[in-house]
This record gives sequence, structure tokens and C-alpha cells, in this order.
Amino acid sequence: MATVNAQAPAGPASSAAGSRRRRRRLRTLSRRDKLVIALMAGVPLALDIGFIWFPTITSVLLSFTHWMGIGGLGTAQWIGLHNYAYAATTDPAFWPAIEHNLIWLGAFVCVATPFGILLAVLLDGKIRGSRIYQSIFFLPVMLSLALIGTIWELMYSSNYGLINSVLGANGANNAIDWLGNPKLDLWAVLIEACWRQAGYVMILYLAGLKAVDPALREAAVMDGATPSQTFWRVVFPVMRPVNVVIAVITFIESLRAFDIVYITNRGTNGLELLSTLITNNILGETTLIGYGAALGVVLLVVSLVPIITFLVVRLRQERST
Amino acid sequence: MPAYDRYSPGPFHSPLSRRAALRTFAGAAGLAALGPALAACGSSTPGSAAPNVVSFGSNYSDAAPKAAFAGMIAAAGKATGLTVKINTVDHNTFQNDITSYLQGTPNDVFTWFAGYRMQYFAQQGLVHNLNAVWDKIGGHFSDSIKAACKGLDGNYYIVPIYNYPWVVFYRKSVFASKGYAIPTTWAEWMTLLKQAQRDGFVPLAFGDKDKWEAPGTFDIINMRLNGYAFHMDLMKHKVKWTDSRVADVFAYWAKMLPYVQTGANGRIWEDAATLFENKKALMMFQGTDQVAAAFSSADLPDLDFFPFPQINPAYGQDSVDAPIDGFMMPASPKNLAGGEKLLEYIGTPTAEKVYLEKDSSDVGVASDMDTSAYNAVQKKSVEIIKNTKNIAQFMDRDSVPGFIDNVVEPQIQQFITNGGSGISSVLSTIEGQAGQYFTG
Repeated sequence: MATVNAQAPAGPASSAAGSRRRRRRLRTLSRRDKLVIALMAGVPLALDIGFIWFPTITSVLLSFTHWMGIGGLGTAQWIGLHNYAYAATTDPAFWPAIEHNLIWLGAFVCVATPFGILLAVLLDGKIRGSRIYQSIFFLPVMLSLALIGTIWELMYSSNYGLINSVLGANGANNAIDWLGNPKLDLWAVLIEACWRQAGYVMILYLAGLKAVDPALREAAVMDGATPSQTFWRVVFPVMRPVNVVIAVITFIESLRAFDIVYITNRGTNGLELLSTLITNNILGETTLIGYGAALGVVLLVVSLVPIITFLVVRLRQERST
Repeated sequence: MPAYDRYSPGPFHSPLSRRAALRTFAGAAGLAALGPALAACGSSTPGSAAPNVVSFGSNYSDAAPKAAFAGMIAAAGKATGLTVKINTVDHNTFQNDITSYLQGTPNDVFTWFAGYRMQYFAQQGLVHNLNAVWDKIGGHFSDSIKAACKGLDGNYYIVPIYNYPWVVFYRKSVFASKGYAIPTTWAEWMTLLKQAQRDGFVPLAFGDKDKWEAPGTFDIINMRLNGYAFHMDLMKHKVKWTDSRVADVFAYWAKMLPYVQTGANGRIWEDAATLFENKKALMMFQGTDQVAAAFSSADLPDLDFFPFPQINPAYGQDSVDAPIDGFMMPASPKNLAGGEKLLEYIGTPTAEKVYLEKDSSDVGVASDMDTSAYNAVQKKSVEIIKNTKNIAQFMDRDSVPGFIDNVVEPQIQQFITNGGSGISSVLSTIEGQAGQYFTG
């Protein structure tokens, strides 16, 4: 039924006639058109509701209950805000977890990402064997974080590890307890995480640098700019899209930090993170689903802060350009 | 399986990471999208049709127990005519998933542990009572083993396979060369620890990185000081953790700490066992299932052990942690008759003997088992278990496992980090969280 009214653009003369015409035009859609529209709108909508909104809202609701995961949802007891109060006042792991997540974010923002960018800039210059260095620095990114945790465990092992052996601190009593001392282990694990993150940022940034028009640099050199001026005044601003991607990745990777810590000691003894707290409460042999859900909601709120900030900045920039 | 099996015993047994979970999830979603034909492949349930097929969910995922288990199941198949399909899952994952496993589509028979850890699921009605099986196999077991296999309602819920004691290990040659005697009292124990330190040993090797190791030390001091009944009351939270008797346990432990290998929270027990095997540490307190199993066959004849010394004369050395592993059936198995038939075979001395042919650090639990093939470690284990009045299962098996995992074990690590001080804050932190796990 392709007989769409050809004289449609009648102008804003009579609104009643217009709406009638619009209604008619809708009715003239073929069954196939409707099916296609339904599929194209419905499937993503169903996926969105099923995989994002349903679990999110269920988690929020569950966070107000005490439920051990046995029997139907009907056995969950409604306990109001108790789980949140418990987290804030009683659970000894909660505040350390928030603090560690923030430290993690700080380490990524201040160390891993700048270091990755530095590596990219250095490797972008004409160094002999640049490819080999790239491969070496990128290698950790290709390993799973769980495997990285295992590799570094061998390095950090107090009596038999490489680091203590080299330092000569592997005796029975003078060993440095890298992964067992709650004051040290977060930093030890952050080194592992940064080791990987730097390579990730490097490869992204390097790809961006390769795409920068060489003419820009030439022009800068012609104008007598120093290498650092060239980078900060010319290259860095041109790289804005890549910078945004890297900023987002840095935030996301630090908020979802989990694997390395879980493999190291399941997120206790100085390595508490929100993600491991959630896992330990929900996936353990005795499950406190309500409490785990409450922690999940906290992580959601924490994650929303950078995400909303990012979106606001992004939208403002788009409007201004 | 030892008490550590909820955990990864080393870095190589990585628990399911979130990433892996997401990948599985994505995979499952993809499968579902491909239509029911493919999705059905994922949920095929062996044994639903054939009456002589029994499916067996196993967490014996490490190489040695897996081989021993396979050997026993092969023998069971021959003896009963059943076809047993083993579904092995990484032990850490298996135990963490148990709640949803039992409420989903569990296998006909599955591996589990005695103690409250079993009774809890019996209370919830998630497992099948095995009184019919026990009518046939009851004659093989002593009363203490029978008691350990019953739920709180007095019905049987588990068929045991083996257990092993937690004891103090030493090397005979080292004790002989230094002229040390086996301590039987706390005073002798402390004297020996001091002497060992003077002689340049680490008196007690210790690793607690995976957090389940240190509770063994807590349990034994608690049972020596306050007795078995108090241990059980504390585990069921009938006594508060802020009770002064619990503080006393930590106070005794704190006296020992200067002689215990430092930095335990970052050391896996295997590394501690290596130090002990290399004669740099004099002793080590842990289960035979771990220390004896870790010893090289060349050093094994030199390995010996004794029960933890007496502290309070009222209780002497009358208790020990000797965890029992065994097999259970879910509430409504697909093949009830087949599963029961299989368990009737497993509950015999013959089956235990077949299992222990490939596992020489645990001991069978049937009282009429042929023990002629036992090595010295096994013979002594049997003797200790037989001569001890009260057999406890272990902290995380006598209590609510999640409470021990998430609340008690981190605080014990805190106690170790503090070097034995700050006991009252450790205890109030534990007690403050107990309400989440013990309701009503």
C-alpha cells in the first residue's frame, strides 16, 4: 500500500485536518512496515528493559530487604533502610572499600594514564625498535587481569618471590609481606593494575597520535615551537576525541576494578573494594542478597557521578561547537 | 576434600572472575537467541530417562582427589551396575553456587561436608534424607560418625567418605637431633617454642593468605581452653563473640604469636609447609590432608605429629577438628533409587578403601575398614581420632559459612596484623555483624 497522499504538505492551515491526515498516514503503513518498526524499536527496548532497567530496579528494591536466597522472593523480609545503615555504621569493610575505590581512581588518573600517554609520545618519535617496545608495553593488556594477579603473586611472594629475593628480604623474619600487610597490599596491587592500564592507554593514544596531521607539527616547528610546546599547544588539543575516550576508560576501569583484587585475596585485609564486597555477599556460600544489592546501589550511585559529569561536559561542548 | 576447598588453595585455582561470568552470561544470551534447539544443549540432564544412570555433581576438582574419586566411582559402577555420570565443577565455584545449585536442577548425588554446613541445607529442606541408605550401611560406622551425619532433626543427610585431623607436625630427625620432647601441656609448649627460637628455628610455620587456615588455630585453643560444648555454642552463636571466654582464646593465641612465622596474611600455607619441610621451621599446626599431602615422598617417613597440648586440665586433649567429607542427595533427585543404590555402595569399607588407594593423607571413616595399606601418617591419624572424645568439624563447617568467611576470618587476620593486640575491638566488630547471619 504505497498510496501515500502526495499532497501532504498542506501547510499549517487547519490543525484538525492535519492531525486527521497524520492519522491516516499512520494507518497506511503496511503490515510489514509495522512489523519492521515494532522489531526495530521493540527489540532494543525489550533488551534495554530486560537487561538494564529490570535488574537495576530489582536491585534497588532488593536492597531494602533481608534475603538469604533460599525459597522464593516472597521469603524476603522488608527491612527498610537497615542495609544502608548497616553498611555505614557496622560493616568494617564498607568505608575502606569506598576509600580504596577512590585511591584506585586517583592512581589511574595521576599515574597510569599520564604514564601511558608519556609512553605513547615517546614511542611516536622515531626510536629504533619502536614496534618491539610497543609490543612489550602492550603485552599486559592482552593478559586477563586474573592472570596478571597470578603472575604478580609469584613476584610478590614473601619467601619465594622475585622481588624479595632480589632485595634479599626473603628470610623467615625479614620478609616484606607485600600482599599480606594491609598497609602495603593496596599499593602492590595498584602497581599491577597500572602496569596493565598504562599499556592500554598507550596503545589508544598512539593510535590517536598516528592520526594527527604531520603538517600541523611541521607548522609548529617552523614557528619555532619547542617539542613540549608542540605537544601541549598543538597535538594535545587536536587529540580531544581520544582524550575523552581515555578519560572515560580511566574512570570505568577504576570503578570496575575487581579481578586482580579478587584473585589476590578475595578483597579483604586492606584490599576491600565495593565490587568485591558485593561479590562476597551475593556469591558466597551463605548469600546476603539484600545487603549485596544495597552495596550494588551504592556502587551505582558512585558510578553515576563521573558518568553524569562526563555527559554534562560533553553535551555542553557539543552545543558550543 | 580439606576444609580449604571453598577457597582457591593457590593462585592457580582462580575463582570465576567477573569477566568470565560476564562472558558466560553473554554466551548464554547468545545461545538463547539462537533458539530453543541450541539452548536445550546447555540444560541436558543425564539420568532423567534411564533408570540405571545416576548423575553426580562433584567438587573434587584438583587432580589428586579427582583421580581418587574417579577410581571409586568406576568401582561403584562395576559393583552396582549403574552408569554414573560425573559432572566436576571447580570446588570454589561449586561451593559458592550451592544455594542456587540446589534450587535449580541439581545432580542426583553431590559432594558435600558434614557439620552445620550440611545441617543448614537440611533445615531449609533442600536435601533428601538418607535414612533408607543408613538402614543398610549403619553397621559400618561408629556412633560419633553417625552423629556427625545427622541433621538437627535427627535424620541422616550425608554418607561420609573420609576425614583427617588437625594436629601439630614436626620432623622426627629434628626433634631427635635437638633433644626436644613432645609437649603435652601449655607450659611445655611455650618452653619448646622459646627454645626453638633460641636455636634459630621459626618455631611455628604459618600461612593464612586464604584465610581459612588460622581458624584451625582458633578452634583448637578454644576447645582446649573452653571445651567442645562451648565451641559448638559459639559457632551457633548461642554465646556472643564478645564473651570474655572468647577474649581468653585470643589472649592465649597472642602469647604464641611471637613464635609464629610473621607475615602470615600474605603467605599461602604451601609456602609455610615448604619452610617446615626444609627444617627452617620447627613445627606447623594444620590438617594432615594439607601438610602430609604437601610433603615429598622422600621426607614423608620423617614426618610425625601430636595433638595440640592441653591448656585447661578440665578438657585435657579431648577434642580435635577432624572434618568429614561425604555425599548428599538434593530434595527431589531425578533418580532417587539409583542414587540411593550408589550411596549404599559408597558407604562401605570397600568403597573407602578404593578411594584411599589414591589418597594417602586422609583416613576412612568406616570402623571395619581394612587399614593394612595405611602409611604411618594415616595410622596415627586413626589413632588420634579414635582416642579423642569430641570430633569437631572446623569453624566454617560448624557455623554459618558466610559468617565465618566474611566476618570472622577477616577479623582474625586483623588480629594477626595487630600482632595480638586490640582483641576487644576485633570481637566487637565480629559481634556487630553476627545479626546479619543469625536471625531469630
